[in-house]
Amino acid sequence: MEMIDNKKIGILKDHIKSFSNKPHPESNLIAILHKAQELFGYLDKDVMNEIALFMNIPRAHIWGVATFYHFFRLKPQGKHSISICLGTACYVKGASEILDMIKSELKIDIGETTQDGLFTLIETRCLGACGLAPVIMIDEKIYGNITPKKAIEILKTFKK
Amino acid sequence: MEKKLVLVHIDDRPYQVEAGQTIMQAADKLGYHIPRLCYHPKISIEGACRVCIVEVEGMKNFVASCAFPIADGMKIRTHTKELRTARRDIVELILDNHPEDCHTCERDGICELQRLAYAMGLRHRHFEGEKKDYEKDLSSTAVIRDPNKCILCGRCVRICSEVQKVNALGHAYRGFKTVVMPAYDMPFKDSVCTTCGQCINVCPTAAFVEKNYTQELFEKLQDKKFVKIAQIAPSVRAAIGEAFGFPPGRAMHLETVACLKRLGFDYVFDTQLTADLTIMEEASEFLERLGGKGKLPMITSCSSAWMKYMEQFCPDLIENISTCKSPMSMMGALLKSYFAQKIKKNPTDILSVAVMCCTAKKYEAARPELEIDSLRAVDIVVTTREIAWMIKSAGIDFVNIKGEQFDEPLGISSGAGAIFGATGGVMEAAIRTAYELYTGETLMDIELNDLRGLSGIKEGKINIDGKEIRVAVAHGLGNASELLSIIRKDPDRFHFIEIMGCPGGCIGGGGQPYAGSNSIPLDEECLRKRAQALYDIDRGKTIRRSHENPDVQKIYKEFLGRPLGALSHKYLHTHYKPKEPRGIIPEEIKAR
Repeated sequence: MEMIDNKKIGILKDHIKSFSNKPHPESNLIAILHKAQELFGYLDKDVMNEIALFMNIPRAHIWGVATFYHFFRLKPQGKHSISICLGTACYVKGASEILDMIKSELKIDIGETTQDGLFTLIETRCLGACGLAPVIMIDEKIYGNITPKKAIEILKTFKK
Repeated sequence: MEKKLVLVHIDDRPYQVEAGQTIMQAADKLGYHIPRLCYHPKISIEGACRVCIVEVEGMKNFVASCAFPIADGMKIRTHTKELRTARRDIVELILDNHPEDCHTCERDGICELQRLAYAMGLRHRHFEGEKKDYEKDLSSTAVIRDPNKCILCGRCVRICSEVQKVNALGHAYRGFKTVVMPAYDMPFKDSVCTTCGQCINVCPTAAFVEKNYTQELFEKLQDKKFVKIAQIAPSVRAAIGEAFGFPPGRAMHLETVACLKRLGFDYVFDTQLTADLTIMEEASEFLERLGGKGKLPMITSCSSAWMKYMEQFCPDLIENISTCKSPMSMMGALLKSYFAQKIKKNPTDILSVAVMCCTAKKYEAARPELEIDSLRAVDIVVTTREIAWMIKSAGIDFVNIKGEQFDEPLGISSGAGAIFGATGGVMEAAIRTAYELYTGETLMDIELNDLRGLSGIKEGKINIDGKEIRVAVAHGLGNASELLSIIRKDPDRFHFIEIMGCPGGCIGGGGQPYAGSNSIPLDEECLRKRAQALYDIDRGKTIRRSHENPDVQKIYKEFLGRPLGALSHKYLHTHYKPKEPRGIIPEEIKAR
């Protein structure tokens, strides 16, 4: 388990305090979890523990909220996120072969992160770049007209 | 103030009912028991299961009667053809996702879902639904969680958060994938769970059950190597009859002793005797603290769930906790020392079994600090439910059996030892003895009615030799938590406090028989009757004060020396330390 970044915890606690004068400060839990995810990239158990103790909200309740909303990530994310488009245009142009290739190359499934923490694989539905189909997006950049082979070459450029 | 009356029609019959209640509450009083599942009167209304729907004229849809307020002029129907069909379908849909393993399920025959399906007239199934496939959580020494059997009624979550205020459980994930689990899906043993077992009591199915030790016990009872000894807790006798069809409130210790002998136990002793011993130690400890040696208020330590709660939720009070072990652990300690010597046996050859009303005692028995010379003081704890099942399984006729007495030399108890099982009983017993130890005079008026009954927090005063002693009693961990916040604000308000972890005290323990078909879990009337059984035992005894128990006097004479002496400390006292994860006490209690 990694040590929690105390500076980030400080920012998070300040954020929690900013609600303390309002009625029912505990009702801002979702906003606070958003902030925690923004700071840490995902909702770490230790971070949720800090929130529980600081806000005096039982852990089981926080866990209920964190697991209810799909927006919250419960596992660390890779340094780079690979979004593979499985929308109609990309799909008919062979996105599933690309997906299979990436999965076997990185040895992860959709939603998972590589062991070295470099990539997280995400599926999306249409990135609005159908003219370039099939596409993948790595972080904020779109790569068009991809083939399985090209996809692997692109990934290699991130591994250096 | 008189409540406003409104006129309603239920199934075309006119009734005057009080305003300000739900349809279900009003109907209950008029003899209409609308079918229900997620509803329980002790906890908040969830309205999740929809089993309790009724028709209200003018409403487009059926309404959940547990959550819908009754109003003037309402025309309610409770069992039309459409309602019956809808209810049956609702229950059928719940069953569609439920494992079809009733025959091999621990709750077969005493399952609320089974009963409901029968009552709704489900005689065949239309659909094969998707089944859940989760691992059982077997990590806890006391409570097992099986999400596959869970129907998501949420009663366990609500009792844990609203009555016990432990908040070990929550609903995680969503939709079909919703699972009741501890935070972070951590193993139960690593959570804040106090093992009180109230989730088991309120669960309509077998999603929560106690960790079962009956097979192990059956095997060990056949093992010639052991001298097999059982002890029976006060509250077991007040409830075990319910498992055999007797109405609540019948004390059946003699029958239980006779059955345990037939199961293969060589000796059956009475935990009430060590309850008397607990009182000797606890009353002495209290007087010592009152004399300036140690912290006040002193808080009792017999309840295992309360001890785990205290270590996790309020370790700041450790110094206030009596160092006395529970009666169960005192008995275990004596069995492996005093009694082993008496019968000239090696303590390793003694099988020490405790029959308890409690699931948390399983946890307590496994605490390493309670070991006697590296041996567990209590080897196996079985609940009232487990022992009742064993008796049935072995084909022993509990109902018609001729009762037998407890064995000597650990079988005699005072009335004070008996009332240990009901909330307020430990305090009452302690005062009977403390009074005499302090003043040298016998307390004549020994029934302390202020401390009896089911109010959440009870207070009392007693004059001991001109000194006013203020005491308080709480049962259920939620009430305990409230009482403790009073103490934190006003540490001098009380001298002596009794806390029991379960509603009603041990009589409402997590190991007691499941509610039968005409009852609900934790029914107050049932708890009152169980308590009354113990008070009746007390009243029927000639010896009603712990220090007058001849066996207790003999144990001090032959073995322990004196209360709080060196040997007492070795065998009868323990210590506590803060435990992780730290419990979180909700704001509403802190603010009070």
